[in-house]
This record gives sequence, structure tokens and C-alpha cells, in this order.
Amino acid sequence: MSTTPPVNVEHAHKAITSDLLICEHCDTVYRRRPLARGDVARCARCHAVLERHQRIGLNAMFALVITVMVVFVQANVWPIITLGLNGTEIHATLWGIIIMMWKDHSQVVSVLAAATLFFFPLCKMLVLGWLLVYGRKGQRAPGFRPLMVTLHYIGPWTMSEVFVLGILVSIVKAQLYFDVTPDIGVFAYAGLAILITVFSSIDMRQLWDKIPESST
Amino acid sequence: MSALPRARELGLISCHVCGLVCRDNQLEDPACPRCSSALHRRKPYSCARTWALLIAAFLLYIPANVLPIMRTVSLGDVDDNTILSGVIELWQKGSPDLAMIVFTASILVPMTKFLVISTLLLSSQRGTPWARRQRAMLYRLVEFIGYWSMLDVFVVALLTALVQFGFFSEVEPLPGVVYFGLTVVLTMLASQSFDPRLIWDCQDQDD
Repeated sequence: MSTTPPVNVEHAHKAITSDLLICEHCDTVYRRRPLARGDVARCARCHAVLERHQRIGLNAMFALVITVMVVFVQANVWPIITLGLNGTEIHATLWGIIIMMWKDHSQVVSVLAAATLFFFPLCKMLVLGWLLVYGRKGQRAPGFRPLMVTLHYIGPWTMSEVFVLGILVSIVKAQLYFDVTPDIGVFAYAGLAILITVFSSIDMRQLWDKIPESST
Repeated sequence: MSALPRARELGLISCHVCGLVCRDNQLEDPACPRCSSALHRRKPYSCARTWALLIAAFLLYIPANVLPIMRTVSLGDVDDNTILSGVIELWQKGSPDLAMIVFTASILVPMTKFLVISTLLLSSQRGTPWARRQRAMLYRLVEFIGYWSMLDVFVVALLTALVQFGFFSEVEPLPGVVYFGLTVVLTMLASQSFDPRLIWDCQDQDD
């Protein structure tokens, strides 16, 4: 759980204002300016992106999270690729892959796949959904602080987009030997990849500002 | 160009986790008032950590390339493929475009990461003002391409799950793929532990 800093530290470190902005890549300080639709603020020193205009509000974000959850379930339930041979069909699902890798002495790969394709994306969506359910009402959800920190750390470790490309390559490779066809799960994954791209332009840190701490 | 103030000169710290701008009070272990994470002026032990992770990743990258990553058994024919031979096979029999994608993800991207991160480390440790903007761009590139190398790992996993007839034909993962997966994770950790602010930390004037 979160550790609250001692009172004196909290006072000493009082945040100045939220109208300052520091470039994360080179430490240059800027004064924040309101951005128009489609604007991207870039650092004058190193050209890194400082801030994007966030046109998606909390409600739209919540809708997006729900959509991703629905698609995510589809992507996990339906088979991704089907292989037909002499009338028998073999379906590969995400969990089928994870279990096969575990049995085939590649536990490291199995754990990596389970974490980056299932647990981290799931965690991200559930945490975000939870924060937004309260956020829409203008409240901070219980556990807001540690959950926001968690969200920051799992961010770079979700790899569903890479998996989509992996499916494509696998289909072509398997076709060298067998008769394979893409299955419904592929479309769900393609949808997921598009939604994730939409998501990647949203800065989750805005939740700190958009959902203010209540006075209680 | 007019002088751009840097946070360290103004006595400010931005929280690495939540981005809050805090006043630097020269305390022992400052914590962010908003998210309670530890505040750092620079990422702690950035160079040492990045070097360690990078070297470890490079050492694992050798067996990842030398050892086969996948065994294909098809009607008694046993065929062990390394990363490179898999690319060649795909080029010859399947589609050259996909072979290019796999080659990029499994060989070009990791090699680029090794080269770029070690260049960044060496140049920022020497504190040269050489091509700083380009180096900053290289860092962002490495961060962006980082996880696409997982492609080959997922391909092996998918094929293993798909082709499991036991007797007639089978696809089995071989140790190479484990080393390769670990290489990707370690290079990702290395690029995350490098602090790009170090590129700009030499004392001379702005260009």
C-alpha cells in the first residue's frame, strides 16, 4: 500500500503549481499553455513530445475501456488460428499457447506470453475501469494513488500489437507445411491492436489533474 | 537560441512516475507529495544499471542466435531452425516481405539497440556535446522499437500450440527462444534505466 510521507516532508515538498511542465527527456522547464485540438507541444531543446491535446474526456475514456474489455474477452475466448488435417481441426487460443509452452520446457516464454498478452493488459483495463467509474463522479477511487503508480509501471509491458504481427507471420510460416486458416480470434486481435493505438495517444497522467483530491 | 532553463538549475524536480513538478528541498530521500514515489533528480545509478543490463542482454543474445529456436518435425523430417535460418526459409519458400519483417524484429532491432544504447552511454559518460539532439532522437527511437523484437518469440509459441500431432508432425520450442525472450526483456529494461537527461548534462552552452 501507499506510504504517506511525514507531514513536514509533505509541506516542504508542496507542489508549486501545475502550470509548470518539465521535459522528461532533457529536464527543461516550460510554462504550460492551453493546447488547441490536435496540438502537440514539443520540447524546444530535444524535440520530445511534452504534451498532447487530450480531446478524450473521462466519459469517452470509460467507453473506450469498456470496448477494449469486450474485444479483449473475444480475443481470448475464440480460437486465433485453425489448422485442418485429414478432417481434424486444431484450434490455437491464447491460453492454449501459454499452456503448450509451459509443457514444452519453455516456461520462461510461457510466463512472458501470459504476462504481456494477458495479465498486464487485463490489469491495465481493470485498474483504469475502476479509476474511471469513480472518476466520472468526480471522486478518487479507493486506492487511487497506488493504482495510478501501478498503471505507470505496467504501461510498457503490454504487447498485444506485437502478437497481431506474430499471428500473421505464423500463418504464413505454417502454410509452408499445413493447411491453416485465420479464425475469429484474429479479427478480435486486429480490433484490439487498433484500440490500443487509439489508447496510446492518451496520457494517463491527466487523471491526476482531472480527478482532484476531495477535501475530506 | 535563448537559454532554456533546466529543472536542476531552478531547483525543481519532476516526479518520474506522475510528472508532478516539485521544489527540490535538498532532503535526503524526497518523496513525491502526489504519488509518494521517490523523487530523483536523475535516475539512480543510471549508467551502471544500463551497462549491466545491456551486457547481460548481449551475452544472452549469443546463444539466442547460435542455438536453434524451433524444431519442426514433418513426416519424419526433423528440421531445427535458428533465428537466421528461419528468416532464410521464410524468404525462399514463403514471402520475402514477411521475412524482412522478421529479420528487422529479430536481428536488426536488437543490434540497433545494442549499438545505440552503448553509444548513448559512452557519449554521455564522457560528457560530449556532440550531436545531442540526434542522440535524444536515437533514445526515443530505441524506446519506441523496444518490444517489437518479441515477434519471433510469439511466432514460435503460436506454431508450437498449432502443430501438435505428436506422431506425424510437430513443432517444438528449443532453448534459443528462451534466451531470445530474455534478451528482449533485458534490452527493454536497459533502455528504461538509461536517463536521457544525461545527454544534456554537460556544462557548456546550448547550440
